[in-house]
Amino acid sequence: MQLKTEEIGDVVLIEIEEERMDAHNSGTFKEQMLALFDEGKCNLIIDLSAVRFVDSSGLGALVSGFKNASAREGSLKLSGLQPQVRSMFELTRLHRVFEIFASVEEAQESF
Amino acid sequence: MTDKVEVDITIPNQTRYLGLIGRIGEDLVHSLGRYTGDREELAYHLNLVLTEAITNAICHANENDPDKQIQIQISASETSLKIKVFDEGEGFDLAELTACDMQDTDECGRGIHIIHRLMDNVKYHRSNNRNVLEMIKKLH
Repeated sequence: MQLKTEEIGDVVLIEIEEERMDAHNSGTFKEQMLALFDEGKCNLIIDLSAVRFVDSSGLGALVSGFKNASAREGSLKLSGLQPQVRSMFELTRLHRVFEIFASVEEAQESF
Repeated sequence: MTDKVEVDITIPNQTRYLGLIGRIGEDLVHSLGRYTGDREELAYHLNLVLTEAITNAICHANENDPDKQIQIQISASETSLKIKVFDEGEGFDLAELTACDMQDTDECGRGIHIIHRLMDNVKYHRSNNRNVLEMIKKLH
């Protein structure tokens, strides 16, 4: 999956550079997050500002990252959800699982 | 005058075509003449339902077999959206998948629940040596 990573202290900011997160690219995204966990980086902000569409596979990849981060006593937080993407989290009740912030800055301050 | 659009597409059994079919679904909703509801929301939902149904057909029914195909039929009018997704696999038990109790942190299994939430009628059955997932949404 096309993404940009930036390390801000002990937090890794991942900006997704895809319009769609679906079964075609979410498997790769899971592997990209696992590579970060293997390097001991377990505090992640996933910025979804560029993402217009997410399906159950994309949500599943985010849940996988969330569980891996939590298991390593880190956390995975989300920022920049477009309204339709936000509605997917509500439809699947995942808004109760993730910490969701309006901006990267707000997510960053919460660590 | 009827305002009905029908689309019939066959794609290889590969996830790289999901975006294409999703875009066709969205464009189809935007071209519907008389729909008075939230068009952006309906377009997104059709994209989503097509994506979930085709992913299910590719990965589960057709078991990622590159030699198989998926046929998609969409029929849209001012009163309903009808979608049929045909696979060439062994089939699956829709009732069993639907009855599965999802936990918030499960990684898989949301697709069929999303389809049920967004469509009014969902059934899966055998049809001429293939299986078909039929989904209907009434438009008001």
